[in-house]
Amino acid sequence: MWPVIDLGMPGGIAVALLPELVLTGWALFLTILVAWRHRSNDDQLLVGYLAAVGLVLTAAVVVVFWLAGARAGGLETMIALDSFRYIADLIFLLGALLAVLLSMGYLGRERILVPEYFLLLLYATVGMMFMGGGADLIVIFLGLEVMSVSVYVLAGIDRRSVFCAEAALKYFLLGAFASAFLLYGIALVYGFTGTTNLGLIYAQTTTWALQENTILLVGIAMLLVGFGFKVAAVPFHMWTPDVYDGAPTPITAFMAAAVKAAAFAAMFRVMLEALGTTAVVWTEAVWWLAAITMVVGNLVALAQRNLKRMLAYSSIGHAGYLLTAVASGTDFGAAAFLFYAFAYTIMTVGAFAIVAAAGRRGERDLRVEDLNGLSKRRPWLALAMMVFMLSLLGFPGTAGFIGKWFILSAAVEAQNGLLAVVLVGTTVISAGYYLPVVMAMFMKPPASDDVHEHVRVTGIARWVIAATAVVLLVLGVWPGRAMDAAEQGGQDLRPSVMITVSR
Amino acid sequence: MNYEAWVLDALLAFPLLAAVAVLLRPVREAKWIALVATLIEFLVSVPLWWKFDVTTAAMQFQVARPWIAGWGVWFRLGLDGISLFMVLLTTFTMPLAVLGSFNYIREKERAYYGLLLVLTTGMLGVFLALDLFVFYVFWEIMLIPMYFLIGVWGGPRRLYAAIKFFLFTFVGSLLMLVAILTIYYYVGRATGTYSFEYYHLLSNIQVTDRWGFWLFGAFFLAFAIKVPLFPFHTWLPDAHVEAPTAGSVILAGILLKMGCYGFLRFALPFYPNVVLDPTVVTVVVLLAVIGIIYGGLVAMVQPDFKKLVAYSSVAHLGFVMLGIWAATVQSLEGAIIIMISHGISTGALFFLAGMLYERRHTREIAAFGGLAKVVPLLAAALTIVALSSIGLPGTNGFIGEFLVLIGSFPIYPWAVVVAATGVIVAAMYMLRALQRVIYNKLDNPDNEGMLDLSRRELAVLVPLIALIFWIGVYPAPFLRRIETSTSMLVEQVRGAQAPEHFEVGGQR
Repeated sequence: MWPVIDLGMPGGIAVALLPELVLTGWALFLTILVAWRHRSNDDQLLVGYLAAVGLVLTAAVVVVFWLAGARAGGLETMIALDSFRYIADLIFLLGALLAVLLSMGYLGRERILVPEYFLLLLYATVGMMFMGGGADLIVIFLGLEVMSVSVYVLAGIDRRSVFCAEAALKYFLLGAFASAFLLYGIALVYGFTGTTNLGLIYAQTTTWALQENTILLVGIAMLLVGFGFKVAAVPFHMWTPDVYDGAPTPITAFMAAAVKAAAFAAMFRVMLEALGTTAVVWTEAVWWLAAITMVVGNLVALAQRNLKRMLAYSSIGHAGYLLTAVASGTDFGAAAFLFYAFAYTIMTVGAFAIVAAAGRRGERDLRVEDLNGLSKRRPWLALAMMVFMLSLLGFPGTAGFIGKWFILSAAVEAQNGLLAVVLVGTTVISAGYYLPVVMAMFMKPPASDDVHEHVRVTGIARWVIAATAVVLLVLGVWPGRAMDAAEQGGQDLRPSVMITVSR
Repeated sequence: MNYEAWVLDALLAFPLLAAVAVLLRPVREAKWIALVATLIEFLVSVPLWWKFDVTTAAMQFQVARPWIAGWGVWFRLGLDGISLFMVLLTTFTMPLAVLGSFNYIREKERAYYGLLLVLTTGMLGVFLALDLFVFYVFWEIMLIPMYFLIGVWGGPRRLYAAIKFFLFTFVGSLLMLVAILTIYYYVGRATGTYSFEYYHLLSNIQVTDRWGFWLFGAFFLAFAIKVPLFPFHTWLPDAHVEAPTAGSVILAGILLKMGCYGFLRFALPFYPNVVLDPTVVTVVVLLAVIGIIYGGLVAMVQPDFKKLVAYSSVAHLGFVMLGIWAATVQSLEGAIIIMISHGISTGALFFLAGMLYERRHTREIAAFGGLAKVVPLLAAALTIVALSSIGLPGTNGFIGEFLVLIGSFPIYPWAVVVAATGVIVAAMYMLRALQRVIYNKLDNPDNEGMLDLSRRELAVLVPLIALIFWIGVYPAPFLRRIETSTSMLVEQVRGAQAPEHFEVGGQR
């Protein structure tokens, strides 16, 4: 039976869901533990460590699936078994793990005592795994809701901060709105194909030549709006800066990296696996979304002085780059997404880790100028920040460049040359706000000698920053293996099972 | 192992190792390690001069090993008559740049010398790469050390100059990246072999001819900004003036040549039809000539010596562009000789400007006067270098400009007539400055106590002056090494356009 899993049998489904089951089980166990011990910071740290262990365990299970090449014996009924899912899962787990590791020191420093914080991170990750792995629109939607509800709470976890509350409320209201759109889109697609299974939708649209069908197209538009909200594509991005700004910094990193990656993973799966036949239509719409998102995200980021807000807007710009990969409408674009999402998760978390280290009280008032002369006092930290900035900029020698190159390749290959030009044009704009950070750290004198005295990176965060910076550089020079894996993952999104529905 | 097999690898790897050594050793050793390393680098590169086979236009000393093999990215290096002198110029300039920084750089020495060494690798990589991906990576990588050299150790407006330099180059190079990828895909689709290898793309480039104009445009923009061709030159005066002495020397001596080199290596052979398109020709030649005259005229009114030299670069590079676009054997040889001699003369001028600045902490031409009496050696060096920059016969400047002018005359007679007046303009601004600095009355008491050249400064200047005369008097060994490759290039460019062989000026 192994590694070919029959998803028609209950036992097969259980095996296929093993990674999700492990993480869910672990999270439930921690829930009970928290009910017991939730009074001191030490209890909170314990939960944090255990959460990290759970994430690593789950990742191990995913890796086993991946290496064994576990695949479906027939139609993927509820959950997909392909390397796209495994790689996407690993990206979410990595994002969650980094967020957990960063949070442990951060929560203590900010005096936030909510051990449930780590549980919510785990539940959110379970939701993401369903989004990236769901082979059915309903499963994907459930995953999205599990993730979203957990993240709504996480955004408002600091109950004493009014900004935190504002962020949570805004996120909740707009997120609910977006979910409604998505659900309506699912309903319309179901109405005209009679199924919510991705593979079957593909078969139906192909067989019945539904690509011209107006109602189906309206459904696709609704889906795009729903995903657009979740990935923060312009013009559905209004919530992003406030939410990113108000949330605790590790959560911001988590949202910018993992949550966004999950939304994109679901988007790729639905768009390519189910709606590949209609690609001609929706790629056109995504083309415009991508172009507008890149331009607006980068231009507005240019105007920010607050570091955290700048990174929030820049993450909108990066959503635009990923949308460029979506707009290519090919499995090569999906491969580019996998690589870029991996690199982006690492560099974003790294950058936010340094923001968290340099700031205080939620980092709402940390400006670029506050980093002036950081290299004098904390040379290694400044060096790491430079790596993150250059990688975000997409400079050769870093993973960010390889990722951008991948996306550009996908765009050029899909004959979206103009979109590629927009991408590089907006990259130049982004140099206008990433470079000043480098400039501030290395070329400007500090305001006073002891201004960076408080910039202190504690144990685990230090390792996180060092590891992320090194990985970015290594991946920038030797990206071969990772790129091959990503390409394999993308190819798995091709509708593999050809089902012909009898007319 | 024989020299041919390891030399290019060694040239790229050694400076990086030395940079690590600089960072690990104590601060006081930094400059000495850098000096020794760049000297060794130069000595390693010198045998290239003899080992270079002048009879072939093919790439020599080739190295190829897979890098991102699944994507057709190979680490491919090679050297031909066009890149040979760029490489030698780089390895020759770097020890001088290090030596010239000994007194000027007083803070963060380790980082400074480390960056200079990294920069060496970056620049050599650009000239040696035979894989477009590798080329692009080196082309971009080299921005970072230069950005820091200007931004950290530069003058008062260094931040502005650094970011301007970075952004200008970045705009052009990113569009070039899109062009490279487009060529890669179309060639790959047509041939079934997806590879970034230079010759693979070159021999199948015709499949992209439909978009030739736009693809060429992307390359053109990247290279024209780097050259810099008027009107893309505005980053240059800022960067040159604000950079520390060694930075200016490297900028003028080597970085600008990357743009010219890019035209010779990529833009011209890839899209000869676009290059020789009458409209493109008119525009580029016009811009080159405007650059020559405009650079000279603006240099004439500069009160700041370094700025004067910077604008004179715009004019010199205008000659190079004219020579490249004339695309005859002579004009191309001339262009390459100007590239070399501009590196030497302008490099020497920036060194001298730096030495004056170290003595008086000003670069105002008006602040000097009558230096010939106080510092005779410095005055003599300045005179020789300035004259070579003007293009006096017997110096290197003359050979290049002369070849460009006679090589281009049959093709663009009017442009050559106008460009030739640029030589007169050059004499006007250079001699005016020379007269003011060296020969007028010694009217400023601050100048009386000036020290003459130290031994270290002589060690910087003497090799440069020796080369000025060598190329000026006996350029044949240089031309012999350039000739085969340029003939080949002319064939590639002209052959694609006109069926009959284009021969101008005959054999020498």
